[in-house]
Amino acid sequence: MAGPPRIEIRSSPHLHEAVSVDMIMRHVVYALLPICVFAVYLFGLSAAALIVTVLGACLLTEHLFNRFAQKPNSLGDFSAVITGLLLALTLPPGFPLWMGATAGVIAIALGKVVFGGLGQNVFNPALVGRAFAQAAFPVAITSWSPALAPGRFDTLLPSTLTPPFMLPAAASAAPGTVVDAVSSATPLTLQKFDHVTTNTVDLFTGMTGGSTGETAALLILLCGAYLALRRMLDWRIPAGMLGSAAALAGVFHLADPAKYPDPLFTLFSGGLMLGAVFMATDVVASPLTPRGVWIYGILIGVLTVLIRLFGGLPEGVMYAILIGNAASPLIAVLTQPRAFGEVKRRKPT
Amino acid sequence: MAFPEAFTRRTFGHGVHAPEHKDLTRERPIRRFAFAPRLTVPLSQHIGKPAVPCVRPGQEVGRGEPIALADGFLSVPIHAPVTGVVEAIRLMPSARGPKTGAIVIKTYAADDQQVLYGAPRTIENLAPAELIQAIQDIGLAGQGGAAFPTHAKLAAAREHHVETLIVNGCECEPYQTTDHRLMLEWVDDLIAGIHFALAASGARRAIIGVEDNKPDAIDVLRRRLAADASIAVTAVRTKYPQGSAELLIKVLLKREVPAGGRSYDVGAVVQNIATLVMLGRLLPPGQGLIERVVTITGEGVKQPGNYLVPFGTPLGFVLEQVGFVGDMSRVILGGPMMGTAVSSLDVPVTKATTAIVVLPVQPATASAPRMYPCIRCGRCVAACPMHLNPSQLGLLAAKREYRAMQERFHLDACFECGSCTYVCPAHIPLVQYLRIAKALNREQAA
Ligand code: SF4
Ligand code: SF4
Repeated sequence: MAGPPRIEIRSSPHLHEAVSVDMIMRHVVYALLPICVFAVYLFGLSAAALIVTVLGACLLTEHLFNRFAQKPNSLGDFSAVITGLLLALTLPPGFPLWMGATAGVIAIALGKVVFGGLGQNVFNPALVGRAFAQAAFPVAITSWSPALAPGRFDTLLPSTLTPPFMLPAAASAAPGTVVDAVSSATPLTLQKFDHVTTNTVDLFTGMTGGSTGETAALLILLCGAYLALRRMLDWRIPAGMLGSAAALAGVFHLADPAKYPDPLFTLFSGGLMLGAVFMATDVVASPLTPRGVWIYGILIGVLTVLIRLFGGLPEGVMYAILIGNAASPLIAVLTQPRAFGEVKRRKPT
Repeated sequence: MAFPEAFTRRTFGHGVHAPEHKDLTRERPIRRFAFAPRLTVPLSQHIGKPAVPCVRPGQEVGRGEPIALADGFLSVPIHAPVTGVVEAIRLMPSARGPKTGAIVIKTYAADDQQVLYGAPRTIENLAPAELIQAIQDIGLAGQGGAAFPTHAKLAAAREHHVETLIVNGCECEPYQTTDHRLMLEWVDDLIAGIHFALAASGARRAIIGVEDNKPDAIDVLRRRLAADASIAVTAVRTKYPQGSAELLIKVLLKREVPAGGRSYDVGAVVQNIATLVMLGRLLPPGQGLIERVVTITGEGVKQPGNYLVPFGTPLGFVLEQVGFVGDMSRVILGGPMMGTAVSSLDVPVTKATTAIVVLPVQPATASAPRMYPCIRCGRCVAACPMHLNPSQLGLLAAKREYRAMQERFHLDACFECGSCTYVCPAHIPLVQYLRIAKALNREQAA
């Protein structure tokens, strides 16, 4: 202890908030885990296999690209984990594993790596993967399985193990044979094409058909609230998105209750909740100014309802968010905050 | 009762809440620090021209005796912090690196160190110009860290007919408790100082803004000022960087200092608590500023406290006296948000030293944390009190587009508070980038 201490020189600030990119991403993963567990409870072994496969494909792709480009290992930032989990949660539970894996590769390769990696991507990578799957496998991605089917923990759904480059069992079977036995429509499809509404409590708790992780509205809200309270999620995006979607749906519903579903149905059906809480809030692909964030959320909410009500597909969240992502750089530029002391000066005369 | 007020308590937009660590020294009354055997007194302890020495090596000096004279109006004299003998006048490293001239004094160990010099005055009889001169003579420079000569600031305020003197009692830097202790212990000097500053600046009223993490100080001030209509006390919310002059003016007067403008433009002049305490204390006896209260603190020292330290005391001596922990530390002059980590322990305490914070460095954390690319999370935007877009500025800095930073993104409004860097989860050294960009732009403009 003789002599003064050695000194370290660094520039201010000498304190830092206990927060880092990997920590934020890790918490998003924590918040997604209960949803994954619930999905497995609802849909059984097939959902579990799908989640593991898609996640694995995403991680492997990221790893290989790092090796190839001689970049440092980026798996530790957890962003690829989030992409994998989110993508799996948006696919039907019986989605063939090889298709899931392909979508995972595309999500990382075309959704993230081509833009330059973390922080550079314009679109949410999970949605890029999902959009690819929608285009490439239109039949498989609309083949739904019922929730809580008996025997779901004993056997995989037949479609799950479809060999690569084959159509899934259910969809490839002759019309009118086994299809009805395995597949079930989602509340959105029922409403749009058959005008059958699903009981709101079932929607709220998630006991319906739908994508692996999108049905449990209540659970998604709770997990999102956890993130928002830890300040790892911008609550204004889901607030703007859900608020505007409900408001617009309400207007249509009042105009023609028979044709248009009520706001509650709009909020809790399909992927709106998952999209609002976990997809649109992707920090990289959303604007970063306070006003911009509101505009972005509201834009996506409005687009979702318009696509759902007037588009050809029952679901619109994915496209609405992708459009929102595309608009976000522009929104950010248009909503630069007014700097302190930036007083409107009169033009010199 | 105080409930509704707490809700409406004023503050500025954005900012950050950093953990405070003020408990280390909050309850420690001001104590005199030991005299170092040798003091190195810099000639430039204020903004403006350095003082000019008026002593020779070998000459004996008495405590409080002028040893360097002001060089022009934007300069202040320097007085001997101890009784002793001038050993040398030479160049020495300063806190910010470049060498400056300094007077080295060897302390007379046996001396009782009474202040021997002064020019007592009756302040009430002085004309404004004489008052300004008297303030310059005591060598006062702003004690909040910027060290602008106090008399010059008050004179400029008078010229611009300001009506409000804002007294900055926020002390928003974590760890610092100097102003807090001064408000509690030397409140009479403070109030006298405020009245002198009102007289010198021509302002009609004073508002003391105190962060609400110092309820005892607010209480003491309110009780003492109950009968004084010219001085108001306003509690403001605790938030960093509430103590910035622009933000405090905005909070207390609801006026925004225009970009590139000065506080005079909105009719205000801002003075720090410690400055006014010293003004009230030194002006009547006409004594020079030779020491100041410094919070010496941090997890790296054994006896944290608020000490009255003579100028020129080397940091090495300070650390020896208070005891340090561990063998590797960061020694910061000022607070940890805006202060400078010194590169040498020969650097002395000066008129601008608000605090000395010693943070131990564990070998494991010595290397900088991993830096990620910007994930566009917007935390820096939400933190910047000047409502800039630090993320955008950082991206432009990486592309060396310094001019665009200035012209389109208000680089010059950044006062380097560090809030953006503090919150960035990607650990991007934003404020460092901005500092470099500002320096390069300045160089280019020159
Ligand atoms: S350092 Fe500059 S840019 Fe960063 S928060 Fe402070 S004022 Fe804003
Ligand atoms: S806080 Fe850091 S990561 Fe977040 S937007 Fe600002 S610079 Fe980017």
